[in-house]
Amino acid sequence: MAKFKKKSGGGTPAISTASLPDIVFMLLFFFMVTTVMREVTLLVENTKPNATEIKKLERKSLVTYIYVGKPKQQYIPQVGSEPRVQLNDAFARVDEIQQYVITEREAINEAERPLMTVSIKADEDVKMGLITDIKQELRKANSLKINYSTRKGEVYGDE
Amino acid sequence: MKFRKRHLPEINTGSMADIAFLLLIFFLVTTTIDVDAGIQRKLPPIEEGPVPIIHQRNVLTILINANGKLMVEDQEVPLKELHEATLRFLDNNRDQSCSYCEGPGHHDLFDNPQKAVISLQSDRHTTYQLYVAVQNELNRAYQSLRNREAERLYGRKFEELDSSRQKKVSELFPKKISEAEPFKL
Repeated sequence: MAKFKKKSGGGTPAISTASLPDIVFMLLFFFMVTTVMREVTLLVENTKPNATEIKKLERKSLVTYIYVGKPKQQYIPQVGSEPRVQLNDAFARVDEIQQYVITEREAINEAERPLMTVSIKADEDVKMGLITDIKQELRKANSLKINYSTRKGEVYGDE
Repeated sequence: MKFRKRHLPEINTGSMADIAFLLLIFFLVTTTIDVDAGIQRKLPPIEEGPVPIIHQRNVLTILINANGKLMVEDQEVPLKELHEATLRFLDNNRDQSCSYCEGPGHHDLFDNPQKAVISLQSDRHTTYQLYVAVQNELNRAYQSLRNREAERLYGRKFEELDSSRQKKVSELFPKKISEAEPFKL
């Protein structure tokens, strides 16, 4: 005959926390998979313009970024307040872009070089003159696939 | 004979949650759910061949000036109407060679979508924001025409087609946007 021991004390049983690590791990994996580490520190203001008809950039390894915008407040004493180009972690002149793009292209596997895309991440207040100069440099470097980086949103905002 | 299970001391997993939380918080902080998206464009190569002769009628000139005003074929057009204006031009079927166009076949507008070229000219002082907006509107015009054709031919939206069909539909309305150097003042 089986014996059942009666539990001492009649309080509510403690909730098992054994599955807590599983839940947390699940969240953890989600974030690990979706995370994109910021590869550069931004030295320029970067509010991207709005657009609706956008395409996602795939194959991050084939994308080269060019940041354009006004320098951030703390860099204004050194470089002035005129919009500047940022390549990697430093300010650059427009005529350095050609070399930069060529160097980046060299780093890509030869078969995939034609797929390289240059993503222009420019601030919405930048003037077209500078953008056109950049585009001209990209044409010189023969890097013709470009992407104007935008946010998703309506374009008629300020009318 | 009875085997008695040897009793191994259990590892305490109570701190597992703490470790996982720590990692979780690290990833939460460093993560930027920043989908990289934007407007795709292809630049023309720098070595220029002979300039093809294009009839003026087949060129839709869009000017963007420094004050944020748009001009389409000598007429000021607000940004909101650019999409409509572009559609009117693209869908025109003047020489009756485009069986799928629905436009009225107006005399001054494009011969057919195959010949259509959009010339986009901006000023050096035009803001990038407006430029992107205009590019966006042009994309929207092409996209709505392509959607219409995709719907007609395959009964689906353009994005839902596979890439070979997408290509076919795109060829019905090829995107030819020419950008002149911005004029200097």
